[in-house]
Amino acid sequence: MEQVTDTPVVSGGPRERTGHRSPPSTPAAGPAPRPVQRRRRTPWKAWLLFLLFAGPNVALLVIFTYKPLLQSLYYSTLQWNIGSAVAMPVGFQNYADWFTDPTTPRIIAVTLVFTLATVGGGMVIGLLLALVLNRRLRGTGAARTVVVAPYVLSGVAVGLLWLFVFDPNFGVTAALLRLVGLASPDWYNDPQWALAMVIVVYLWKNVGYVALIYLAALQSVPRDLVEAASIDGATSLRSFRSIVLPLLGPTTFFLAITTLLTSLQSFDIIQAMTKGGPLGGTTTMMYQIYQEGFQSGRAGYSSAVATILFAVLLLVTFAQLKYVDRKVHY
Amino acid sequence: MGATTTQAGVARRRTPTPWGSYLTLAVAVAVMVLPLVWMVLAGFKDPDEIYSSPIQWLPATVDATNYASAINAVPFGNFFLNSAITTVIGAGLKMMLGLTTAYALVFLDFPLKKLVFGVVIFALLVPQQIVIIPNYTLVAELGWINTYQGIIVPGLASAFGTFLFRQHFLTLPASILEAAALDGAGHWTRLWRFLVPISAPTIAAVALVSIVAEWNEYLWPLLVVDRAEMMTLPVGLTLLQNNDGMADWGVLMAATVLVTAPVLIAFFALQKRIVSGLTAGAVTG
Repeated sequence: MEQVTDTPVVSGGPRERTGHRSPPSTPAAGPAPRPVQRRRRTPWKAWLLFLLFAGPNVALLVIFTYKPLLQSLYYSTLQWNIGSAVAMPVGFQNYADWFTDPTTPRIIAVTLVFTLATVGGGMVIGLLLALVLNRRLRGTGAARTVVVAPYVLSGVAVGLLWLFVFDPNFGVTAALLRLVGLASPDWYNDPQWALAMVIVVYLWKNVGYVALIYLAALQSVPRDLVEAASIDGATSLRSFRSIVLPLLGPTTFFLAITTLLTSLQSFDIIQAMTKGGPLGGTTTMMYQIYQEGFQSGRAGYSSAVATILFAVLLLVTFAQLKYVDRKVHY
Repeated sequence: MGATTTQAGVARRRTPTPWGSYLTLAVAVAVMVLPLVWMVLAGFKDPDEIYSSPIQWLPATVDATNYASAINAVPFGNFFLNSAITTVIGAGLKMMLGLTTAYALVFLDFPLKKLVFGVVIFALLVPQQIVIIPNYTLVAELGWINTYQGIIVPGLASAFGTFLFRQHFLTLPASILEAAALDGAGHWTRLWRFLVPISAPTIAAVALVSIVAEWNEYLWPLLVVDRAEMMTLPVGLTLLQNNDGMADWGVLMAATVLVTAPVLIAFFALQKRIVSGLTAGAVTG
């Protein structure tokens, strides 16, 4: 495959911007003999080359992502315990069971609260942090590093260390509340407080990422605009709303999708801190998939929950994409 | 005049010190740091100091008893080694897969390119938990329970890395590859000899983020490993938690320090690169 080079000599011709098509793409200028034909039927060498470069990755994706996705769909129609050799086809029974199960409303509520609080709260706090970090103040560089640091830590480790912070008898929160004359809530045994605790810890670990991304976006906003927005007192909120926020649109959209995906997948903090309890108070749909599949062994039922969750996830993502088509200005 | 960035210093003079912003910064830093400090302090406390009723903030002595107990209670050396092996091999192979796939998507001619790109991108939308049951079944059938390949292979495919490397390759000037092609270099050489060296900053940034993710991975290793000596650090850590009904906070916090310290040290040493790796996906949009 020789390249028909037209680079240095034929500088006159309007050289088509072909991006990076590799060697034999059509040389733009001049009546080249018959290069088009060469591209039409992909020679076996090109297939082989592509297979060599992209094949392994695509194969892994097919084996460990796409095939299991379909399998999961199939499993969801079975009454089947993990590891068991017998499985009984039950049609949509697992779905019907889930929708009528008395615990389902609670699980949906917990999932909604956890997701909205971590995604929404994370974006608001992250944006506020980014706005402060974006001001040219002493120490913002170091502060940025510190704010992002928890994001790189193991969720299990983070969960455990916060579990001790929240210890109702010997923890920091208890001591601080005692200082102002309050008793510590029972973070360990009260379902609502436990959910709040898990949300706080999730935010502590992940908010730095949001701040970091917003900060990067803010730094590409013309400085004058941001300064004007933060200095001008009374008008600042308005100029922020009408100037800076729209410019952050694409970033907000990116973060909405990525943080939603990570929030829905959060497992390690819940597992380390509450194991879905107390009384199911922190059992999200994602945690239920794990519990039903690997603790109760109800693989079919678990797969049904997984399928429902994935369907919701796809719907939300595509709704966001639709919305962004109309609203966000790139 | 005050608006020009070159005169920023002058402009700054005129504005009063933004105490509100400094306060926000201070609070944010304190909230981020103090729990970690509390963890380190607890690692040095003996039970009396931990279970004392007016809270005792500082340990009376700095001794490593809790660390010794943690290391004796569970095979920490194994955890560490297993984490290191799975992280290095997993992240390394993932980088290679990402680079070769991105190369193919950008520089090779192939009719199904769009489809392959779609396959890679859509995979980003599939959470791991959705597919754990079929994957666990497959890994069990292969006899890979309690093996390194069982931990590594199912999560090996590179979707986000491929996406980022593709973005990066598209920004490179065509002349670089043309020069390589003139030298008669094949595609394999072009990738590893020409592209990889000039892409080192991007690769390093993506690699670091991948290493962190691999090191902290929890759910999958928890499922496919049940023998203590094959566990990674995060999984082993919970083993310590489950040992007895009541948590021994001193020992548990010492172990938590052992798990988090290497990552924190690496993060502070390499934070510029890690930060650029984390932002890479977002700012290109």
